[in-house]
Amino acid sequence: MKNIIQNINKAFDHRIRLGIMSVLMVNESADFATLKELLGVTDGNLASHAKALEAENYIVVEKQFIGKKPNTSYKATKSGREAFRAHIDALESLIRKS
Amino acid sequence: MENQKYLDDLQDIRNMMNRSTQFLSLSGLAGVMAGIYALIGAWFAARILDYHSGQYVTLESLTFKLILGIAASVLVLSVITALVLSHFKARRRSEQLWNHSSRRLLVNFLIPMTTGGIFTLLLLRHEVYGLIAPVTLIFYGLACVNASKYTMSDVRYLGITIILIGLLCTEFSGYGLLFWALGFGLCHIIYGSIMYFKYDRK
Repeated sequence: MKNIIQNINKAFDHRIRLGIMSVLMVNESADFATLKELLGVTDGNLASHAKALEAENYIVVEKQFIGKKPNTSYKATKSGREAFRAHIDALESLIRKS
Repeated sequence: MENQKYLDDLQDIRNMMNRSTQFLSLSGLAGVMAGIYALIGAWFAARILDYHSGQYVTLESLTFKLILGIAASVLVLSVITALVLSHFKARRRSEQLWNHSSRRLLVNFLIPMTTGGIFTLLLLRHEVYGLIAPVTLIFYGLACVNASKYTMSDVRYLGITIILIGLLCTEFSGYGLLFWALGFGLCHIIYGSIMYFKYDRK
Protein backbone atom coordinates (compact mmCIF):
# COMPACT_ATOMS: atom_id res chain seq x y z
CA MET A 1 0.00 0.00 0.00
CA LYS A 2 2.76 2.40 0.99
CA ASN A 3 4.44 1.67 -2.28
CA ILE A 4 1.43 2.72 -4.31
CA ILE A 5 0.99 5.99 -2.42
CA GLN A 6 4.58 6.83 -3.30
CA ASN A 7 3.68 6.60 -6.95
CA ILE A 8 0.91 9.17 -6.62
CA ASN A 9 2.68 12.15 -8.04
CA LYS A 10 2.18 15.44 -6.21
CA ALA A 11 3.01 17.36 -9.37
CA PHE A 12 -0.17 16.03 -10.98
CA ASP A 13 -2.36 16.57 -7.95
CA HIS A 14 -4.31 19.41 -9.50
CA ARG A 15 -7.08 19.42 -12.08
CA ILE A 16 -5.33 21.84 -14.45
CA ARG A 17 -1.95 20.10 -14.34
CA LEU A 18 -3.70 16.78 -14.83
CA GLY A 19 -5.50 18.29 -17.83
CA ILE A 20 -2.35 19.71 -19.42
CA MET A 21 -0.58 16.35 -19.13
CA SER A 22 -3.59 14.42 -20.49
CA VAL A 23 -3.71 16.59 -23.59
CA LEU A 24 0.04 16.36 -24.15
CA MET A 25 0.03 12.56 -23.76
CA VAL A 26 -2.15 12.13 -26.84
CA ASN A 27 -0.99 15.13 -28.91
CA GLU A 28 2.49 15.73 -30.22
CA SER A 29 2.24 19.32 -29.01
CA ALA A 30 -0.43 21.82 -28.06
CA ASP A 31 -0.32 25.60 -28.16
CA PHE A 32 -1.38 27.95 -25.42
CA ALA A 33 -4.72 28.92 -27.01
CA THR A 34 -5.73 25.28 -27.60
CA LEU A 35 -4.94 24.29 -24.01
CA LYS A 36 -6.82 27.33 -22.75
CA GLU A 37 -9.92 26.41 -24.71
CA LEU A 38 -9.79 22.73 -23.75
CA LEU A 39 -9.27 23.34 -20.05
CA GLY A 40 -11.44 26.45 -19.75
CA VAL A 41 -8.95 28.41 -17.64
CA THR A 42 -7.53 31.92 -17.57
CA ASP A 43 -4.17 32.90 -19.09
CA GLY A 44 -2.47 33.41 -15.75
CA ASN A 45 -3.75 30.18 -14.29
CA LEU A 46 -2.61 28.12 -17.26
CA ALA A 47 0.79 29.83 -17.37
CA SER A 48 1.55 29.19 -13.71
CA HIS A 49 0.55 25.52 -13.82
CA ALA A 50 2.50 25.02 -17.02
CA LYS A 51 5.50 26.60 -15.32
CA ALA A 52 5.19 24.17 -12.41
CA LEU A 53 5.24 21.21 -14.81
CA GLU A 54 8.15 22.75 -16.70
CA ALA A 55 10.11 23.08 -13.45
CA GLU A 56 9.73 19.31 -12.94
CA ASN A 57 11.01 18.76 -16.50
CA TYR A 58 7.75 17.04 -17.41
CA ILE A 59 7.02 19.41 -20.28
CA VAL A 60 9.05 21.71 -22.51
CA VAL A 61 7.97 25.12 -23.73
CA GLU A 62 8.68 26.27 -27.26
CA LYS A 63 8.28 29.93 -28.06
CA GLN A 64 8.32 31.11 -31.62
CA PHE A 65 6.84 33.75 -33.86
CA ILE A 66 4.19 32.93 -36.41
CA GLY A 67 4.36 36.04 -38.54
CA LYS A 68 4.33 38.80 -35.94
CA LYS A 69 2.34 36.90 -33.32
CA PRO A 70 4.23 35.12 -30.58
CA ASN A 71 3.19 31.50 -30.23
CA THR A 72 3.83 29.34 -27.20
CA SER A 73 3.49 25.60 -27.52
CA TYR A 74 4.02 22.77 -25.08
CA LYS A 75 5.33 19.23 -25.42
CA ALA A 76 5.55 16.39 -22.94
CA THR A 77 9.07 15.12 -22.28
CA LYS A 78 10.00 11.46 -22.07
CA SER A 79 10.28 11.63 -18.29
CA GLY A 80 6.95 13.48 -18.17
CA ARG A 81 5.25 10.70 -20.11
CA GLU A 82 6.75 8.04 -17.86
CA ALA A 83 5.80 9.90 -14.68
CA PHE A 84 2.25 10.46 -15.90
CA ARG A 85 1.85 6.82 -16.88
CA ALA A 86 3.07 5.76 -13.43
CA HIS A 87 0.61 8.22 -11.89
CA ILE A 88 -2.34 6.73 -13.80
CA ASP A 89 -1.27 3.21 -12.87
CA ALA A 90 -1.10 4.27 -9.23
CA LEU A 91 -4.58 5.81 -9.37
CA GLU A 92 -5.93 2.62 -10.90
CA SER A 93 -4.39 0.29 -8.40
CA LEU A 94 -5.54 2.47 -5.50
CA ILE A 95 -9.10 2.20 -6.72
CA ARG A 96 -8.81 -1.52 -7.30
CA LYS A 97 -7.35 -2.12 -3.83
CA SER A 98 -10.26 -0.61 -1.93
CA MET B 1 -14.21 9.39 -0.24
CA GLU B 2 -10.55 9.48 -1.29
CA ASN B 3 -11.52 6.88 -3.81
CA GLN B 4 -14.06 9.18 -5.40
CA LYS B 5 -11.34 11.77 -5.99
CA TYR B 6 -9.14 9.22 -7.77
CA LEU B 7 -12.09 8.11 -9.87
CA ASP B 8 -12.81 11.73 -10.80
CA ASP B 9 -9.16 12.21 -11.72
CA LEU B 10 -9.22 9.23 -14.05
CA GLN B 11 -12.48 10.45 -15.55
CA ASP B 12 -10.91 13.89 -16.15
CA ILE B 13 -7.88 12.35 -17.82
CA ARG B 14 -9.96 10.23 -20.15
CA ASN B 15 -12.21 13.19 -20.95
CA MET B 16 -9.29 15.49 -21.81
CA MET B 17 -7.59 12.85 -23.95
CA ASN B 18 -10.77 12.36 -25.98
CA ARG B 19 -11.67 16.01 -26.23
CA SER B 20 -8.23 17.06 -27.39
CA THR B 21 -8.06 14.48 -30.18
CA GLN B 22 -11.65 14.01 -31.29
CA PHE B 23 -14.22 16.46 -32.57
CA LEU B 24 -17.43 15.29 -30.89
CA SER B 25 -19.74 18.11 -31.92
CA LEU B 26 -20.40 16.52 -35.32
CA SER B 27 -24.18 16.57 -35.69
CA GLY B 28 -25.99 13.31 -36.35
CA LEU B 29 -29.02 15.21 -37.57
CA ALA B 30 -26.88 16.78 -40.30
CA GLY B 31 -26.15 13.26 -41.56
CA VAL B 32 -29.87 12.48 -41.73
CA MET B 33 -30.52 15.73 -43.62
CA ALA B 34 -27.68 15.02 -46.08
CA GLY B 35 -29.25 11.62 -46.73
CA ILE B 36 -32.65 13.18 -47.41
CA TYR B 37 -31.15 15.73 -49.83
CA ALA B 38 -29.34 12.90 -51.62
CA LEU B 39 -32.55 10.86 -51.98
CA ILE B 40 -34.45 13.88 -53.35
CA GLY B 41 -31.56 14.60 -55.73
CA ALA B 42 -31.48 10.99 -56.90
CA TRP B 43 -35.23 11.07 -57.53
CA PHE B 44 -34.89 14.17 -59.75
CA ALA B 45 -31.91 12.66 -61.57
CA ALA B 46 -33.91 9.50 -62.26
CA ARG B 47 -36.80 11.60 -63.69
CA ILE B 48 -34.38 13.47 -65.96
CA LEU B 49 -32.76 10.24 -67.17
CA ASP B 50 -36.22 8.77 -67.89
CA TYR B 51 -37.22 11.82 -69.83
CA HIS B 52 -34.08 11.84 -71.93
CA SER B 53 -33.86 8.07 -72.23
CA GLY B 54 -32.40 6.70 -75.42
CA GLN B 55 -30.04 9.63 -75.80
CA TYR B 56 -26.34 9.24 -75.45
CA VAL B 57 -25.18 11.23 -72.44
CA THR B 58 -22.17 13.38 -73.29
CA LEU B 59 -20.34 16.10 -71.41
CA GLU B 60 -22.06 18.82 -73.46
CA SER B 61 -25.59 17.44 -73.20
CA LEU B 62 -28.30 19.13 -71.16
CA THR B 63 -28.96 15.88 -69.27
CA PHE B 64 -25.41 15.78 -68.02
CA LYS B 65 -25.42 19.44 -66.99
CA LEU B 66 -28.70 19.03 -65.11
CA ILE B 67 -27.47 15.97 -63.22
CA LEU B 68 -24.19 17.73 -62.39
CA GLY B 69 -26.22 20.69 -61.12
CA ILE B 70 -28.31 18.42 -58.88
CA ALA B 71 -25.22 16.70 -57.48
CA ALA B 72 -23.56 20.06 -56.77
CA SER B 73 -26.71 21.38 -55.02
CA VAL B 74 -26.95 18.28 -52.84
CA LEU B 75 -23.29 18.66 -51.89
CA VAL B 76 -23.52 22.39 -51.08
CA LEU B 77 -26.77 21.99 -49.10
CA SER B 78 -25.31 19.08 -47.10
CA VAL B 79 -22.14 20.99 -46.23
CA ILE B 80 -24.11 24.09 -45.14
CA THR B 81 -26.49 21.98 -43.01
CA ALA B 82 -23.57 20.15 -41.39
CA LEU B 83 -21.83 23.43 -40.55
CA VAL B 84 -24.93 25.08 -39.10
CA LEU B 85 -26.11 22.06 -37.04
CA SER B 86 -22.60 21.29 -35.78
CA HIS B 87 -22.18 24.94 -34.84
CA PHE B 88 -25.26 24.75 -32.62
CA LYS B 89 -24.20 21.43 -31.15
CA ALA B 90 -20.72 22.82 -30.42
CA ARG B 91 -22.27 25.81 -28.67
CA ARG B 92 -24.42 23.53 -26.52
CA ARG B 93 -21.31 21.61 -25.51
CA SER B 94 -19.48 24.95 -24.99
CA GLU B 95 -16.92 24.03 -27.59
CA GLN B 96 -15.86 25.93 -30.69
CA LEU B 97 -16.80 24.72 -34.17
CA TRP B 98 -13.47 25.75 -35.62
CA ASN B 99 -10.81 24.40 -33.31
CA HIS B 100 -7.74 22.24 -33.23
CA SER B 101 -9.69 18.95 -33.45
CA SER B 102 -12.23 20.00 -36.08
CA ARG B 103 -9.37 21.25 -38.24
CA ARG B 104 -7.64 17.92 -37.96
CA LEU B 105 -10.90 16.12 -38.76
CA LEU B 106 -11.43 18.22 -41.88
CA VAL B 107 -7.88 17.87 -43.20
CA ASN B 108 -7.94 14.10 -42.82
CA PHE B 109 -11.34 13.90 -44.49
CA LEU B 110 -10.29 16.13 -47.38
CA ILE B 111 -7.15 14.22 -48.36
CA PRO B 112 -8.95 11.11 -49.75
CA MET B 113 -11.94 13.25 -50.75
CA THR B 114 -9.92 15.66 -52.93
CA THR B 115 -8.01 12.76 -54.45
CA GLY B 116 -11.35 11.17 -55.37
CA GLY B 117 -12.64 14.47 -56.76
CA ILE B 118 -9.65 14.95 -59.04
CA PHE B 119 -9.79 11.29 -60.07
CA THR B 120 -13.48 11.70 -61.00
CA LEU B 121 -12.68 14.77 -63.12
CA LEU B 122 -9.97 12.80 -64.92
CA LEU B 123 -12.44 9.93 -65.55
CA LEU B 124 -14.85 12.47 -67.06
CA ARG B 125 -12.09 13.79 -69.28
CA HIS B 126 -11.33 10.29 -70.50
CA GLU B 127 -15.05 9.56 -70.88
CA VAL B 128 -15.07 6.61 -68.50
CA TYR B 129 -18.55 7.42 -67.25
CA GLY B 130 -19.32 3.95 -65.92
CA LEU B 131 -16.78 4.24 -63.14
CA ILE B 132 -17.88 7.60 -61.78
CA ALA B 133 -20.54 6.29 -59.38
CA PRO B 134 -18.32 3.60 -57.78
CA VAL B 135 -15.28 5.90 -57.60
CA THR B 136 -17.18 8.69 -55.80
CA LEU B 137 -18.65 6.16 -53.36
CA ILE B 138 -15.35 4.41 -52.66
CA PHE B 139 -13.36 7.61 -52.12
CA TYR B 140 -16.07 9.11 -49.92
CA GLY B 141 -16.06 5.91 -47.86
CA LEU B 142 -12.27 6.04 -47.54
CA ALA B 143 -12.49 9.70 -46.50
CA CYS B 144 -14.96 8.74 -43.73
CA VAL B 145 -12.74 5.91 -42.49
CA ASN B 146 -9.72 8.20 -42.46
CA ALA B 147 -11.56 11.01 -40.67
CA SER B 148 -13.16 8.67 -38.13
CA LYS B 149 -10.02 8.61 -35.97
CA TYR B 150 -10.78 12.22 -35.11
CA THR B 151 -14.49 11.93 -34.36
CA MET B 152 -17.12 9.37 -33.31
CA SER B 153 -16.36 5.76 -34.28
CA ASP B 154 -19.75 5.46 -36.03
CA VAL B 155 -18.27 7.42 -38.95
CA ARG B 156 -15.85 4.52 -39.46
CA TYR B 157 -18.71 2.05 -39.97
CA LEU B 158 -20.50 4.49 -42.27
CA GLY B 159 -17.30 4.65 -44.35
CA ILE B 160 -16.87 0.88 -44.49
CA THR B 161 -20.51 0.38 -45.55
CA ILE B 162 -20.15 2.95 -48.34
CA ILE B 163 -16.89 1.38 -49.56
CA LEU B 164 -18.69 -1.99 -49.84
CA ILE B 165 -21.58 -0.37 -51.73
CA GLY B 166 -19.03 1.28 -54.03
CA LEU B 167 -17.36 -2.06 -54.79
CA LEU B 168 -20.74 -3.69 -55.50
CA CYS B 169 -21.56 -0.73 -57.73
CA THR B 170 -18.46 -1.42 -59.83
CA GLU B 171 -19.81 -4.90 -60.62
CA PHE B 172 -23.29 -3.64 -61.51
CA SER B 173 -22.53 -0.65 -63.71
CA GLY B 174 -25.67 0.85 -65.15
CA TYR B 175 -27.26 0.96 -61.71
CA GLY B 176 -24.98 3.78 -60.57
CA LEU B 177 -27.82 6.06 -59.54
CA LEU B 178 -29.43 3.34 -57.44
CA PHE B 179 -26.18 2.66 -55.58
CA TRP B 180 -25.63 6.37 -55.15
CA ALA B 181 -29.04 6.73 -53.54
CA LEU B 182 -28.27 3.70 -51.35
CA GLY B 183 -24.83 4.97 -50.28
CA PHE B 184 -25.25 8.73 -50.01
CA GLY B 185 -28.95 8.63 -49.15
CA LEU B 186 -29.94 5.62 -47.10
CA CYS B 187 -26.59 5.06 -45.32
CA HIS B 188 -26.44 8.69 -44.18
CA ILE B 189 -29.99 8.50 -42.86
CA ILE B 190 -29.33 5.25 -40.97
CA TYR B 191 -25.96 6.20 -39.47
CA GLY B 192 -27.08 9.81 -38.90
CA SER B 193 -30.07 8.57 -36.87
CA ILE B 194 -27.86 6.19 -34.86
CA MET B 195 -25.55 9.10 -34.02
CA TYR B 196 -28.47 11.38 -33.27
CA PHE B 197 -30.01 8.98 -30.77
CA LYS B 198 -26.65 8.03 -29.27
CA TYR B 199 -25.16 11.49 -28.73
CA ASP B 200 -27.40 14.41 -29.66
CA ARG B 201 -30.61 13.68 -27.79
CA LYS B 202 -29.56 14.54 -24.26
